[in-house]
Amino acid sequence: MTTATAAAPAEVHAGAPRRTVITRIVDRLGGGAVQVALVLLGLFWLVPTLGLMVVSLRSVKVNSAEGWWTIFTKPAELTIENYRNLLASGFTSSFWNTVFITVPTTILVIGIAAMAAYAFAWMDFPGRDLGFLIVVGLLIVPIQIALIPVASFYGGVGIFGTIPGVVLFHVAFGLPFAIFLLRNFFVGIPASLLEAARMDGASEVKIFVRVVFPLGKPAIASLGIFQFLWVWNDMLIALVFANPENQPMTKALQSQMRQFGSNVDILSSGAFLSLIIPLVLFFAFQRYFVQGMMAGSVK
Amino acid sequence: MTERLDGPQAPLEDDTSGGSASGPDETPRKQRLIGPSPTVALVFLLPAAVLLGIWVVYPIVYSIFRSLFDAAGSGFVGLGNYMTIFTDPSMLTTIRNNLIWVVVAPIIVTTLGLIFAVLTERIKWATAFKLIVFMPMAVSLMAAGVIFRLVYDEDPDKGVANAVLTTIHDTFSSSQGYPEARPREGDQSAVAADKGAVVTKQPVQVGQPVLIPIVGIKPQIMPSDAQPAKAAPPGNDLSGTVWFDFTAGGGGKNGAVDASEKGLPGMTVEAVKDGTVAGTATTADDGTFRFDGLPAGSYVVRLPQSNFQAAYHGLTWLGPTLITPAIIGAFIWVWAGFAMVLIAAGLAAIPRDSLEAARIDGATEWQVFRRITVPLLSPVLLVVFVTMIINTLKVFDLVFIIAPPSVQPQSNVVALEMWRVSFGGGNNQGLGSALAIFLLILVLPFMIMNIRRFRREDT
Repeated sequence: MTTATAAAPAEVHAGAPRRTVITRIVDRLGGGAVQVALVLLGLFWLVPTLGLMVVSLRSVKVNSAEGWWTIFTKPAELTIENYRNLLASGFTSSFWNTVFITVPTTILVIGIAAMAAYAFAWMDFPGRDLGFLIVVGLLIVPIQIALIPVASFYGGVGIFGTIPGVVLFHVAFGLPFAIFLLRNFFVGIPASLLEAARMDGASEVKIFVRVVFPLGKPAIASLGIFQFLWVWNDMLIALVFANPENQPMTKALQSQMRQFGSNVDILSSGAFLSLIIPLVLFFAFQRYFVQGMMAGSVK
Repeated sequence: MTERLDGPQAPLEDDTSGGSASGPDETPRKQRLIGPSPTVALVFLLPAAVLLGIWVVYPIVYSIFRSLFDAAGSGFVGLGNYMTIFTDPSMLTTIRNNLIWVVVAPIIVTTLGLIFAVLTERIKWATAFKLIVFMPMAVSLMAAGVIFRLVYDEDPDKGVANAVLTTIHDTFSSSQGYPEARPREGDQSAVAADKGAVVTKQPVQVGQPVLIPIVGIKPQIMPSDAQPAKAAPPGNDLSGTVWFDFTAGGGGKNGAVDASEKGLPGMTVEAVKDGTVAGTATTADDGTFRFDGLPAGSYVVRLPQSNFQAAYHGLTWLGPTLITPAIIGAFIWVWAGFAMVLIAAGLAAIPRDSLEAARIDGATEWQVFRRITVPLLSPVLLVVFVTMIINTLKVFDLVFIIAPPSVQPQSNVVALEMWRVSFGGGNNQGLGSALAIFLLILVLPFMIMNIRRFRREDT
């Protein structure tokens, strides 16, 4: 919350260079040295992912014989063989499971949280402030607390192992953050707008759909991308609540980890395939992603 | 950059109030307008309340009760499960690991974030750097785990961490090691073992080639670039040959360089006169060596002990000792970008004039940074630090994926142990519930902190 209110434009972009104390220190240290240090650090962050990509594009035989960095001298060794094997092994179905879990969760979280956030922001009812403080408190409840109770509850109603079970769990644990984020944005909507709409006799549902939702678009976009990535990347909930035919990619890959050495082909290509969509989303919408992170950094 | 979560009122008003009929008499935010009845509010809140009630609040209550019962759920054990957490040796290892995580990781991540944010303030390609460092945030911890299993592979020909370490190591010392190799000894032989090194029995004259036959080299240790050994041609320098005096399949003459025998490349050779090293040479692929420009005289030729130690192969990252630091390394890789972006935003928000004022008053740059910048940043630093503490308390995926099954006991953490005892084969949901409650208690102070801070800021 502190950052959400104190932070200037929430961007990965550095914006126009500005002269500050620190930049003067940097100047004195020697801009050249700083540049070299940053290049090295950048490599530190880039190389591991690059390694995964190259390993996933080389055959098992080549990978067991030499390091992936030899690719720079022998580029001809690249092959999509691993990906072909991966798809033949039935990985496609876990890809679709990931999609079928992630998309409904994201939509449900946005819808349900937006309704609650609107109520918290613009409606009067007894216990409103306490209710919202509870939401703030629930922000950091560890998922572990619900695994055992929900598993037995799912067993009782017969949705253990199913995709709806996984989705509902995700929705519930996504809600505190989502309500928190949207409510803080919605309170900023000018009161005059809502007042005018209410004077005109518009129903609350209509105000919600026609006024609040469109005006909340930036926050909803942030929430959407954040929620999408969070569910797409989850392993723990899937591990407990998804049975093998409903398992997403993370669980499918996890089951191959035991024999890491002999499954490097499947694991590297599967891991890379699973991170492609988040990465594309991240580069396309990084602004919203960063904004969501800033606003929710109490989590 | 137009839409901002940090101050949404201003831009939204600019967009809308112009066309609005309500005019300038704005209702203050705290004064509520004619709203709908509480029943309508209830309808809007109901779905969220039901989901939060059943999936989050009820489980907390259930877990508290469940943690007081045994594995089967029928026998009441009181605080027995909690006693187990604090007495069982493997559990204590688990708690110790969590403690290491909490003490080490948040400090490193926050410091690194501060350094990155400061360093990139003025760099032209800062955006590219920030995107690269921030990117792991979008990647699943599962994928990050696979990435680091590859990085930490013990074989320096596969794992990039050990490849870098061995490269650095080899730059500063001889690259080839021949463990267990020894000289071919006997009356005929000119060399003998001496305290782990190999020396010539008699001092040799410059210009007289030295033959140093070595045996006991395992085939897998033999370097692939070894060439058939050659006797060094006589010349004016001190020279000779170090070779593997063994002909596969028998034959060959002991102590003589035979046609099929290979030289030993990368051996360090020293010429010693009166106990001090007068010159150093390294053998070529065919095993020959030559000391250039050594003064005439007689020398003892020595292969120092360092040749006979195993070659450096880097660290056992995924072994029992280094596993937790190794996984913390992966955690830092994932989270440094988060810290950097938050701190960079805080840095950009620092008012320039307070810095200028201090500078005019004669403060040095370092004083300005220490006394003004860091204190002004402290709210952001605190948020990053606390977020990291919560994340380290909950750390699960990275440990589960990166630690190989055999070292999982040494790298275990509470969140992982909770899953293991309840679902991963342990089948003890009483103990599992106790661990879940333990985890909840660990994050409780931060929960209260959040609520307090929110109340302070929202009123």
